Amino acid sequence: MKDMNLWQQLVYYFTHNGQYILDQFNRHFLISIYGVILAAIVGIPIGIYVSRHKHLATWVIGAANVIQTTPSLAMVSIIMLGLGLGVNTVILTVFLYSLLPIIKNTDTGMRNVNPDVLDAGKGMGMTRWQILRQIELPLSLSVIMAGLRNALVLAIGVTAIGSFVGAGGLGDIIIRGTNATNGGAIILAGALPTALMAIISDMVLGFLEKRFAARTQ
Amino acid sequence: MALTAFLEISHLRKVYGENVAVNDFNIKVERGEFICFIGTSGSGKTTTMRMINRMNEPTSGTIKINGEDVTKMDPVKLRRRIGYVIQNIGLLPHLTIKDNILLVPKMLKWDQKRMDERAVEMIKMAELPEDYLERYPSELSGGQQQRVGVVRALAADQELILMDEPFGALDPITRDALQDLVKDLQQRLGKTFVFVTHDMDEALKLATRIVIMSHGEEVQVDTPEEILRHPANKFVADLIGEDRLIQAKPTITTVGQIQRPAISIVQTATPREALSLMHKTRVDTLLITDPDGILRGYVDLEVINDKFRTADTVEAIMNPKVFYVRQSAVISDTVDRILKRGYRNVPVVDDAGKLTGIVTRAALVDMVYDALGGAATSNNNDTDKDMSTDGPRTDIGTTDVKEGAQAVADVADDADTKDKPAKPAEKEEVHAHND
Repeated sequence: MKDMNLWQQLVYYFTHNGQYILDQFNRHFLISIYGVILAAIVGIPIGIYVSRHKHLATWVIGAANVIQTTPSLAMVSIIMLGLGLGVNTVILTVFLYSLLPIIKNTDTGMRNVNPDVLDAGKGMGMTRWQILRQIELPLSLSVIMAGLRNALVLAIGVTAIGSFVGAGGLGDIIIRGTNATNGGAIILAGALPTALMAIISDMVLGFLEKRFAARTQ
Repeated sequence: MALTAFLEISHLRKVYGENVAVNDFNIKVERGEFICFIGTSGSGKTTTMRMINRMNEPTSGTIKINGEDVTKMDPVKLRRRIGYVIQNIGLLPHLTIKDNILLVPKMLKWDQKRMDERAVEMIKMAELPEDYLERYPSELSGGQQQRVGVVRALAADQELILMDEPFGALDPITRDALQDLVKDLQQRLGKTFVFVTHDMDEALKLATRIVIMSHGEEVQVDTPEEILRHPANKFVADLIGEDRLIQAKPTITTVGQIQRPAISIVQTATPREALSLMHKTRVDTLLITDPDGILRGYVDLEVINDKFRTADTVEAIMNPKVFYVRQSAVISDTVDRILKRGYRNVPVVDDAGKLTGIVTRAALVDMVYDALGGAATSNNNDTDKDMSTDGPRTDIGTTDVKEGAQAVADVADDADTKDKPAKPAEKEEVHAHND
């Protein structure tokens, strides 16, 4: 290995540990996705609710802000005190970090729906549920999508830290590299796929966001 | 009037905190009427309209549609029965025009075939090309969007359509076209419209009845003609505007309002009596009536001079072919006929044919002059007086002169002397003549 440069070492690592990297990649991605999906399930309804109650919005978004400002390593450690080592701790951390962008964007999206369209919908006899389903959600979808996009990119980063509590994921490979002598290639073998995952997720969700925005202007 | 009106609002009141938005509002609307609510902002017109489909809940009072109290109905079902058009259009931007039009039919679960047909029918009604159905609202101009907004409110065969300043945001030409569209739809489909506007021209053009509101109160509820004829108070007159009142004169003023007393004689009178009356009143022509006052004909000085000795009564020598106008006729309908025939003045009769007065060319000229904007170039006050004053004048006879030159000379003469009559009586006089 010593006679190989960094790039060659990296290729060597990929060819010999490809399956391992892929497994960690999937694990990493799933942890992030689970956290974000859970946050969406909880955060979107909260966002819809606070968009109708202005005074609540300040408090809820303020609380989510506090979570966001806590360093992720500290957050993972604190949750570990409760949930112990393992995947669940990381998923909960991702969930907490994803809440803010999701709630905030849902709230903004719902508030920005043209009140004339809502008035017309109500005046034509739509029920509250129909107004939400057929007007508010479709029209705020691109903004909510932007929130999910932020959340997912953030989640991928948080999940990398999660390796410290034994959740696995690409962070495992990075830590392995930092522990090895001359482990630069191993660090890259973990870091590059992580970055790639974040970039691709961002692009895909960005594309969806634009598609949803197209008809709502 | 039917026993129960189509839409009946009684003692409607809406209070926001301390602020009374609508106070004791009452109206009965028949099917097919076009009601315009007009008033300044904050007059409660929109609030009143929005209480009909329960977009706002009344504080007290009742609103009944077909005898059913709307406050006891499911608001969602109620609104699906009522068309609703708002100023800012409110098309759903993420749905095609077709889906927008079919919003209510879809909620009412019409079958697909019926909805497809309906969409085509509606886009034609909006006078838009059929392929617009597949477009999105943002691809249409503001005027086109509001056309869709209007037919969307009709798509589910709603009987009552509420419109809240629907054309306020459009340019004047588009607005005009849409007003024509709405008026046409209303007349063709016989729907009932409640239309909120702050544009008096729009209200006068569209409404069958206008409700003028101020500070939550009804100030006047009447047909456009009646409102122009008798503004209830200064607020209404100001809202209508002086120019409009002047311009509307020929279309709302009746002949009866500008007539003057006629000089007439019964048909049984002798030519001698007729001649002495002519002498006394200094006229050269007399109208002839029967003992009940029914107009029979006329006789002029020339004929009396010829047949003075041979005839026993004026009836025998009168000319029965007399051109007259009805008292209830509107000036604009009669002015052409009168002016073209070149009569200096024309007898006026009531519905029974009874002579009630004469209309002079001078009075008509004043009317036309004011309506065509003469008012703008002369002193406003004077014009006002001119227009509405027809002071008592007994020196005008009833002649039937056909020579143009003489007629013109006479008109000029009349116009000169006409400013002089006492002015304070003018307003009362207009009203008195109306009744």
